[in-house]
Amino acid sequence: MTAVIEARGLGKRYGTHHRHRWALADCTLHIPAGHIAGLVGPNGAGKTTLLHLITGLLAPTTGTIEVAGGPPAATKAQLARVGFVAQDAPVYAGLSVADHLRLGAHLNPRWDAQLATRRISQLSLDPRQKAGRLSGGQRAQLALTLAIAKRPQLLILDEPVASLDPLARRDFLRDLTEATGEHQISVMLSSHLVADLERVCDYLIVLAAGRVQAAGEVTRLLNAYRNSTGTQASLEDLVLAYMTKAAGPTEQLEGSR
Amino acid sequence: MIWLTWRQFRAQAIATAAALAILAVIFGVTGPHLAHLYDISGLTTCRTNCAALTNTFVTSMKADAIYPALFIAGLGILYLTPALIGLFWGAPLVTRELEAGTFRLAWNQSVTRTRWMAVKLALIGLAAMVTTGLISLLITWWAGPIDRAGGFPVSGGTLTRFSPVLFGARDVAPVGYAAFAFALGVTAGALVRRLLPAMVITLAGFLAVQVIMPNLVRPHLLPPVTATQAVTVNLSTAITGHNGTYAVPVTGLPGAWIFSNQTITPSGRVFVLPDVPACASGTQQQCQAWFATQHLRRQISYQPASRYWAFQWYETAIFLALALALAGFCVWWIRHRRLA
Repeated sequence: MTAVIEARGLGKRYGTHHRHRWALADCTLHIPAGHIAGLVGPNGAGKTTLLHLITGLLAPTTGTIEVAGGPPAATKAQLARVGFVAQDAPVYAGLSVADHLRLGAHLNPRWDAQLATRRISQLSLDPRQKAGRLSGGQRAQLALTLAIAKRPQLLILDEPVASLDPLARRDFLRDLTEATGEHQISVMLSSHLVADLERVCDYLIVLAAGRVQAAGEVTRLLNAYRNSTGTQASLEDLVLAYMTKAAGPTEQLEGSR
Repeated sequence: MIWLTWRQFRAQAIATAAALAILAVIFGVTGPHLAHLYDISGLTTCRTNCAALTNTFVTSMKADAIYPALFIAGLGILYLTPALIGLFWGAPLVTRELEAGTFRLAWNQSVTRTRWMAVKLALIGLAAMVTTGLISLLITWWAGPIDRAGGFPVSGGTLTRFSPVLFGARDVAPVGYAAFAFALGVTAGALVRRLLPAMVITLAGFLAVQVIMPNLVRPHLLPPVTATQAVTVNLSTAITGHNGTYAVPVTGLPGAWIFSNQTITPSGRVFVLPDVPACASGTQQQCQAWFATQHLRRQISYQPASRYWAFQWYETAIFLALALALAGFCVWWIRHRRLA
């Protein structure tokens, strides 16, 4: 399959030349289309930085990235190919739910108005409600609706369930798998909780200390882990093992790459 | 993009329209009576020696406190409007999106950031110019009788429409200020990313430009005219300087912007009263008689009243050019400096 995300030597440095910090370094990824990819890592690991580089909100300091066949956010057509639900699902507090759908319709050439209206009524959101008065879960659903109804090839979600209670979390993820499965969208979502990703992802990227510790299909990662350690492991065990190695002394880190 | 710009601007547009309506009522109701006072003063048909008629008109205008108050208020409103536009339309344009995080929503729709910025700058910039233009039209019309009668008398002179204070509150110049203040606000917001500092920078920048322009730039837009002519110093009307200079008030140049007025000696030096007995210990008549023997001349430097419109267009063009440059910078900055 062709790659939906192709990154080579991607790095992002924040701050001035003298006082700086690498939020992401030497990141090489080749994610085939058609997956629901999970991006997992502790807080501050560089997950948001990576997602912002993928959406083109940030420009890389080093390396190159291509998303759905082109440089991120370069053109109108390129922007139309990628949907993004940012962390905390930002929406315009003063605009109503219906206004947000109008916004989507005006700003996206492939906007699916039927899909958007159907989702809003399924979620029993009041179109007249101001977005600023929605609950965290409702806001996330509204943001997801906007991102799906623009009919992207790739959907990026940054910690979409972080602020949701367990029930809303389950509903959101189920809804996400259904909606993306129906429209054959590739998905990449981040979380610092493996449990969220375990349920929906078939591809996993472990990010720690600004570097990719592991990336691959979940089944392959688990097989490889079992073969090297000889024990049956859960996804949680596997992720923890990679994170521990990343945090540990250098000689142990060598073994993880 | 046009729809989103309008939707986000709608509340401010409605508030602005309401403010405009209130101003239109206040100035629209009082304006015709002011024009009536001018008509009955006889100034409309007066061609020469109109000082007495002007006096009549000014006295009748000042008899009702509302006209001087509105004259000054109109002046304030026209300087305030561009400043408010810069503060409340310009500065929040980018910072509001950054502080609420909504740029992550807006910039991931199928609209490039270049277009997002360009459409917002163009539409709201246009609204700023139209709003200020309408207010200027209203106030210039309202104050028309006073401006035509030679200006508004204040202590130490007359505020003509060419005077540094009034010039920026008449005709087209405020339109240029509005475009500039708006673009300045957007630029400050894009650079510092936070609303409050952006507002402070916008206000400081606008004030600085409003001080620099009339004092350092505007006087040199065209080379001033200088004229030298023989005068008689009349001791009862001459303006005495603290270092012994005497200036004879200029008459016959109505509406001109006068930079300097000096009395010079036949050799061309600035006249300073020497220690002569006629003036040191004599009567005023004796001193006056001594002055008459000195062959003094008056040297003035000024911009003639006929250049008023040329200056209005120059001023407006300068500020529009500055606004365009800032707007171009904003588009470039938003495109090349990723703000996330």
